[in-house]
Amino acid sequence: MAEPEVTAAGQAAEAVERRVVEIDSHAINFGPQHPAAHGVLRLVLEMDGEVVERADPHVGLLHRGTEKLIEHKSYMQALPYFDRLDYVSPMCEEHAFALATEKLLGIEVPPRAKWIRTLFAEITRVLNHLLNITTYGLDVGAITPVMWGFEEREKLLEFHEAASGARLHANYFRPGGVAKDLPAGLEERIAEWADAFPKLVDDLQTLLTGNRIWKQRTVDIGSIGAEDALAWGFSGPCLRASGVPWDLRRSQPYDMYDQVEFEVPVGRNGDCYDRYLVRMEEMRQSAFIVKQCLARMQPGPVKVQDNKIAPPRRADMKRSMESLIHHFKLYTEGYHVPAGATYTAVESPKGEFGVYLVADGSNRPYRCKIRPTGFAHLQAIEVLSKRHMLADAVAIIGSLDLVFGEVDR
Amino acid sequence: MTEFLATPLGTLILLVLETLAILVPLLIAVAYATWAERKVLGAMHLRKGPNVVGLFGLLQPFADALKMLMKETIIPAGANRALFLLAPVITFVLAMIAWAVVPVNDGWAVAKINVGVLYLFAISSLGVYGVIIAGWASNSKYAFLGAMRSAAQMVSYEVSIGFVMVSVLLCVGSLNLNDIVLAQRHIWFAIPLFPMFLVFFISGLAETNRSPFDLPEGESEIVAGFFVEYSSLAFGLFFLGEYANMFLMSAMTTILFLGGWLAPFGVEPFTWLPGPLWFLLKVFACMFVFIWVRGTLPRYRYDQLMRLGWKVFLPLSLLWLVLTGGVLMATGWVPRT
Repeated sequence: MAEPEVTAAGQAAEAVERRVVEIDSHAINFGPQHPAAHGVLRLVLEMDGEVVERADPHVGLLHRGTEKLIEHKSYMQALPYFDRLDYVSPMCEEHAFALATEKLLGIEVPPRAKWIRTLFAEITRVLNHLLNITTYGLDVGAITPVMWGFEEREKLLEFHEAASGARLHANYFRPGGVAKDLPAGLEERIAEWADAFPKLVDDLQTLLTGNRIWKQRTVDIGSIGAEDALAWGFSGPCLRASGVPWDLRRSQPYDMYDQVEFEVPVGRNGDCYDRYLVRMEEMRQSAFIVKQCLARMQPGPVKVQDNKIAPPRRADMKRSMESLIHHFKLYTEGYHVPAGATYTAVESPKGEFGVYLVADGSNRPYRCKIRPTGFAHLQAIEVLSKRHMLADAVAIIGSLDLVFGEVDR
Repeated sequence: MTEFLATPLGTLILLVLETLAILVPLLIAVAYATWAERKVLGAMHLRKGPNVVGLFGLLQPFADALKMLMKETIIPAGANRALFLLAPVITFVLAMIAWAVVPVNDGWAVAKINVGVLYLFAISSLGVYGVIIAGWASNSKYAFLGAMRSAAQMVSYEVSIGFVMVSVLLCVGSLNLNDIVLAQRHIWFAIPLFPMFLVFFISGLAETNRSPFDLPEGESEIVAGFFVEYSSLAFGLFFLGEYANMFLMSAMTTILFLGGWLAPFGVEPFTWLPGPLWFLLKVFACMFVFIWVRGTLPRYRYDQLMRLGWKVFLPLSLLWLVLTGGVLMATGWVPRT
């Protein structure tokens, strides 16, 4: 047994020695304060001139201990933490936790709540993709799309605000439905937006899709094949760009996704350009789904009619003792979830966002493991950007759609 | 009076006045170019641009300048002090002295020298030193990368700019900028030498480190490139130098290809405007294109930029140079002096 150990040590020493001789590189600290670091990515790049020899992502700069904090909160209090994970697509993150809790509780959400959730999940998808595509453009040097995209995002955030009262941290999807019904007139405003939106996508397309410089900068940059993408744990648009038609909305529909029609765009080469194209098409599909949701939504309750889980109407509390007690119990103790475990995943705009929730029968989750999408994508940065140039590494980071609230949790 | 002006003192005074007459308007134009860029980009971005300081934000450039003056010049530890401070001065001074030979109207140049084109070419080539020295003296990796990119880029594109100039010179038969403009009385060189015109303008974008060739700054890649460590007036000088260089490139495009101060077609309604105004209009039109390009295009990558310079522009300009010479010889249009 002693011999192989010696050899291994010898090999290691040799490897170290060879490294010193061969690599004439300089390391640069890309981030955490860097315009293209998308938050707090710290990437230590070993460069050979302009060529990236090694990319070493450092995570944890935005670690806030979300999972542990959730163990000490009631289910209702745990929900807002999800907004703060991927702060670019807050409602989709809430969606996963709401669905997981509902599964453990064994409750069925009323149809209107499902339609509203589907609607806002798609609005969130557009929000996310607009931010990603345009800032990705900015990383590659196109400064105009970002302004156009943010103008549109502003409209969507107003819908968020109208529905939930908050622009970003909505806390709107709740276990058992949604916090409150849509205000009067909002449906018409959203419908108006959904009709006009494809025009903006066309405009963005004229700036980027056919642009020769854009194509030179993104085609065949950071390519990853279908098998590799699966092996690295890719999901969402990044996986679909590699040619795997995998979309949780289609393969295991939740809420009303089995009732609406939409197409799942799939790329072929898995390069930065395909990731961009897939997202562009997804935005169009999302607008289409939004229209269907609005058309088929019927008036009705928006949360389960069980005051042990969903709070009673405020007006009832003034008259009914029962309601007052329910309200008090809900907002102090919360509801108890029967013992059990579930892994529930949704197709967040970035990919598969999952929650592994273990309940022990108390009013707090025993364990809540969050499966972030960006983490899996981030780990592939090394393989994607190896032997590419520094400018390509920036494009790759942009195309992977990383948000560090979610990666670091 | 005329006698006094002939004395050494008189010549000196005249020279100073002439210099001021070109530099003061230039600096004001540069200040307003920053304002115009933000306004034009704002319009392209569906936003307003500066609109708070003064009417339509017209005082914004002065507010910016004032801010720049009041800030502290931070010299990073490990930087070479002397070179660090010298670099922005070089950039700024070179951008200014190039204007000595630019004719705004027939004979209106501070220095009416017979090698105006060569002088401009030499000055714009020296511009790379400011950038390299800045990148090297900052003692920062990002600045160093920026300086390397910039050196390679400016040198590559100067080669094609040189060939473009030579093909214009073939058509004129003089290195005097005044003669170059006067040679365009019948037709602006932008028409017969159209591909050269494009090559020159695009190389001008690269030469001034403007989008889509703004790799030396590369905001999203190397943060701000060669001037990442600069602050205050040192940064301000780079900034002014960059915009003055944009004006210089626009002026060169105007002189070499767009007929300088000549009115289009030289016919009635156009000739009502005086020459210097035409010159300004053409320069501003070129400046607008500079900004327009910035609002539209993403950035090239380092190797793509090199490929464009060496594999596309260089052969193209060389070919066109030979073609121009051939046509001139064949038709007997070679200018005789």
